Amino acid sequence: MAQVTLRKVIKKYDEVLAVRGVDLDIADKEFIVLVGPSGCGKSTTLRMIAGLEEISGGDIAIGGDVVNDVPPKDRDIAMVFQNYALYPHMNVYENMSFGLKLKRTPRQEIERRVKQAAQILDITELLDRKPKQLSGGQRQRVAMGRAIVRDPKVFLFDEPLSNLDAKLRVQMRTEIKKVHQKVRTTTVYVTHDQVEAMTLADRVVVMNAGLIEQVGSPHDLYHSPNTKFVAGFIGSPAMNFIPCQVEQAAGALRLRLNDKLAMPVPASRTNRYSSVVGKPNLVLGLRPEHIMETRPHTESDQHDFEVPIEVVEPMGMETLVYFTINGTEVCGRINPNAGGVAGQPMKLRADLSNMHLIDDTTGKVL
Amino acid sequence: MANAAIAAGAAGRPIKYRSMSRDRQWAMRWSYFFLVLFVIFFLTPPLYMFITSLKSSGEISAAKNPWWVYAPTLSNYTELLGQNQYLVFFRNSALVSVCVVIVTMVISVTAAFALARMKFWGSATLATGVFLTYLIPDSLLFIPLFKMFAFVRDTTGIELMNHWWTLIIIYPTLSVPFATWIMIGYFASIPKELDEAALIDGATWMQTLTRIFIPVAMPGIIAATIFSFTVSWAQFLYPLAFTTSTDQLVLPVGIVTTLIKGDVFNWGQIMTGALLGAAPPLIIYAFLMDYYIAGLTAGATKG
Repeated sequence: MAQVTLRKVIKKYDEVLAVRGVDLDIADKEFIVLVGPSGCGKSTTLRMIAGLEEISGGDIAIGGDVVNDVPPKDRDIAMVFQNYALYPHMNVYENMSFGLKLKRTPRQEIERRVKQAAQILDITELLDRKPKQLSGGQRQRVAMGRAIVRDPKVFLFDEPLSNLDAKLRVQMRTEIKKVHQKVRTTTVYVTHDQVEAMTLADRVVVMNAGLIEQVGSPHDLYHSPNTKFVAGFIGSPAMNFIPCQVEQAAGALRLRLNDKLAMPVPASRTNRYSSVVGKPNLVLGLRPEHIMETRPHTESDQHDFEVPIEVVEPMGMETLVYFTINGTEVCGRINPNAGGVAGQPMKLRADLSNMHLIDDTTGKVL
Repeated sequence: MANAAIAAGAAGRPIKYRSMSRDRQWAMRWSYFFLVLFVIFFLTPPLYMFITSLKSSGEISAAKNPWWVYAPTLSNYTELLGQNQYLVFFRNSALVSVCVVIVTMVISVTAAFALARMKFWGSATLATGVFLTYLIPDSLLFIPLFKMFAFVRDTTGIELMNHWWTLIIIYPTLSVPFATWIMIGYFASIPKELDEAALIDGATWMQTLTRIFIPVAMPGIIAATIFSFTVSWAQFLYPLAFTTSTDQLVLPVGIVTTLIKGDVFNWGQIMTGALLGAAPPLIIYAFLMDYYIAGLTAGATKG
């Protein structure tokens, strides 16, 4: 059993708080991804779990044992670094077996484990090569192999794919997922790439400014973000944030975006938003895929409107259109065959059943 | 000339591009010109030594062409190598240099590892301090060292003066700071993740040093080794001051003190002795040159 528990973990550099009290429970065999912008404390948190950084406060437990003062080698963890950190003077076999040799594992056992890991990662024919004779993707595999052979309680990944080119990154992402499905070791993975986070994780931890903003499954984070930060961070292109007001209109509620444009709030949300009628500093959050070309429909949650399109970006499978409401740039995703010409007005449809209403003062989703 | 063409182009006339290969040819010609100049400048003295070493004393003092040997003889070599004295100097020099290299490398590699990697209070200041000690001229250290040796003799009864092995204690004051500085620079160029990976793999600090850092930093270690060997092999002032008996002298001092008697200079043997004395560093350089250059330029690309 290797659950990892963080309780009010704090990291202070001189007087700067890098991590400001993180509470997190990671279950056995779970794949957790820490994601956030640079400087949000995600790497520091990972390094504290590894024991490479001392913690300034709180407790970290691995498999039920508090490891605050346990040195990295006794925490039974393995780590994969961004720049691979392979030992340049050793060949692949020696790189993978170094940790086991230090632990005085019998030679046959080392050989068995290295061969097995090499097989999982498909690097058997590379075992005699030196790191400098390997490509980036191969080095990444070796770095993972070095982690796997040790059969640790926890795998720690520190932005392992950021040094690879875009195509290889996608390929290795799948690879990592496959490896986790085979070995089922508890994994903590740090990345700044939200696509990586969404595709790999059982649960995603979104961090911002040294604190956890939200923990949840990729689906939860995408569809029910708790804060404006999470709503804006997850998803690409990012969620649109349009300043708005909520008005009473004949027993129902109405979202007023500007003088000309107002949309009815879905009936299912009337109760939820009735308390903020007339309040300032509200923001409508609507993902680009919920602004589409119009089509005949009868759903009451869909609202048609016409705006002049400013920029058109054909992506192939879809087309992104950009327009402005009240000086805020808004992005919509339309069918590539639906037309949409820069400089001309276009009829669009907003799907408000997927809307989020955000209080911009607190940053909380209402 | 290339410069004239560029100046003319800048003055407003249309720039006339010459072919790359012609440009390169000129660059090569200039390189060869200066390289030949340097070679002549630096290799003439050893050549002169070699020519003189093949002459008899009579021929050296005769007013003939100094660049030509009329009656070549190996007598200088046989006489010098036949003397037990010269071989003792050679042995002393070799023992001192080898021991100094070992002492220097053990101290400087471990010190540099600690200063570069084990972040502790004052480590950065200490690293600068180590380098500053290298800037103290060695001639300033004579009197303090004499005083210290006297103190050691008075308190423990151990006489440090006039022993060749005393030099093994003294030379590291020169070689350790510089070698440590080279090694700090080299270790600093090794990515931090490498020792973190070793730490997680279960290596102790000592294992990280011996199994990861030393093999990876081999070019730097060889550069520091060559440096400390050269320093101790060619050192003249310290052995002149601290050793006096003939059987305790090292090569540079031995040649000068025994082959110059009063105002009689035995030029043939002096040249022979110096030439043979220059051979060991030359041989070591030749073998390790590639590593040496890699070591000195390590910081250039790795940051």
